[in-house]
Amino acid sequence: MSAASPIQNAAPADKKVKPVKAAKVAKPGANKVCMSVRNLDFFYADKQVLFGNTLDIAANKVTAFIGPSGCGKSTHIRTYNRMFDLYKGHRAEGEILLDGINILDPNVPALELRHKIGMIFQKPTPFPMSIMDNIAYGLRLQSGLSRSEIEGRVEKALKDAALWEEVKDKLNQAGTSLSGGQQQRLCIARALAVEPEVILMDEPCSALDPIATAKIEELIDELKQRFTIVIVTHNMQQAARASDFTAFFYLGKLIEFGDTQQIFTAPGKQQTEDYITGRFG
Amino acid sequence: MNNMQRRKIINGTVLVLSTAAAMIGLVMLTWILGDVAIKGASAINWDFFTQLPSPPGDEGGGLANAIVGTLLMTVVATLISVPFGVMAGTYLSEFGRQTALGSTARFVADILVSAPSIVIGVFVYLLVVKTMGNFSGWAGAIALSIIMLPVITRTTEEMLRMVPKEMRESALALGAPYWKMLVQVIYRCAMTGMITGIMLAVARVAGETAPLLFTSLNSPYWMQSMNEPMANMTVALFNYAMSPYDDWHAKAWGMAFLITMSVLVVTIITRISLHKRS
Repeated sequence: MSAASPIQNAAPADKKVKPVKAAKVAKPGANKVCMSVRNLDFFYADKQVLFGNTLDIAANKVTAFIGPSGCGKSTHIRTYNRMFDLYKGHRAEGEILLDGINILDPNVPALELRHKIGMIFQKPTPFPMSIMDNIAYGLRLQSGLSRSEIEGRVEKALKDAALWEEVKDKLNQAGTSLSGGQQQRLCIARALAVEPEVILMDEPCSALDPIATAKIEELIDELKQRFTIVIVTHNMQQAARASDFTAFFYLGKLIEFGDTQQIFTAPGKQQTEDYITGRFG
Repeated sequence: MNNMQRRKIINGTVLVLSTAAAMIGLVMLTWILGDVAIKGASAINWDFFTQLPSPPGDEGGGLANAIVGTLLMTVVATLISVPFGVMAGTYLSEFGRQTALGSTARFVADILVSAPSIVIGVFVYLLVVKTMGNFSGWAGAIALSIIMLPVITRTTEEMLRMVPKEMRESALALGAPYWKMLVQVIYRCAMTGMITGIMLAVARVAGETAPLLFTSLNSPYWMQSMNEPMANMTVALFNYAMSPYDDWHAKAWGMAFLITMSVLVVTIITRISLHKRS
């Protein structure tokens, strides 16, 4: 991504920042902040499903979103790459600042934004093409890369996603021929290939067996050195194992946000404690 | 009689009745296919594929012009209806899901699927034959394409809708514009299904007689262009079966056999390719 991308060129929106009481901002300790979410509301037509979510996502850390089904954690994460743009009547209000720009501003081009923010979904989604073409898909959308550059970056992405050794001899085979866990790592490699800043993962392991899950978690741990990762998970142990910070959502509100260890050992709110100890949800 | 016995009797009765119903359908089909195969296969020889029809009453000759005419009109009809059908199906699935235009188009397509083909023949007769002043291959191809259009439209729509929404979102999440996502990823996912729809539409029109009767009519000669009446298998079958000559009756059976076989082959190929993918 070149420095002159339209995202950076768009006018900073900080004039519009509503004053937020410092105490209400959930801060991830003293870490460098990658994204700042301020007063995020979300609507499905007239139905409001997120209420004033405010938090900071720490750079090069893993932030986990937990909460019972329907609490809004997936809706929240899908605002980060404006995926909701696709659907009529879906609307976000508030601010999400990335590099000082409010990405919810309609003037920010969603396509450029999505080069910076990759996303992994619940079910692996290999495209009906070869492994090579799958990984190269995002790269080919950005013009100006030669064939050898693309091949080099495909190899790098596959190595980053710990898949290279398993597929290096069959790059021309269909992506769908891989196992479920391999397919999910293929999708991760595809997202990594375009070198985003942030990777969003919406329950990336819920369709995988424990061994494939362990591989993905291991991978997340390595990837955070270069990428900022936000992961939605239903699995408490996964959040506890894999993340540095945890946000607990309930009924569209951010109930508690903090250091993962603190959230799981000494939660500050009764609701959080009830949820992580399995009393509801 | 206790409850269990009663259930067993009802179960047995329903099993016998439903098996019988399935058998009746199967027997009818085998009967038709068998009859067509026995009477038709004997009429088929080299001349059948290579010679022009003999004058009425004379033995020999073939139906080469009708075979070529049907192939030609079917190919042209496919070339007309595939682009329109695929684009209309794409509109219905991607852009017109909840719009008034979308639901109207979907409703009209559904009606058109079940419209009697003779009505379409008469419609094209008025629209093309009357305007041009004569029956023609073009008119025949247009009538066939109108029959194919709604079938292709609706299958394309259904197949595109079956592609999981995560697949679309994955492509968009990589920064793909909507149209690239559609053409490069979604069309590929739905390809087998869309081709199946096209093949089924081809199989559907391969046996149509009524729309051709009013449009391409028939001809005993080789076609020089699509602007003149064009021989075709179904109308030839109709004419030959109605004729008083034994040789022509045999040829009509041969034609019936050939049409049935081509529909069968198209359907089987479609099934196999569909099965391979899923």
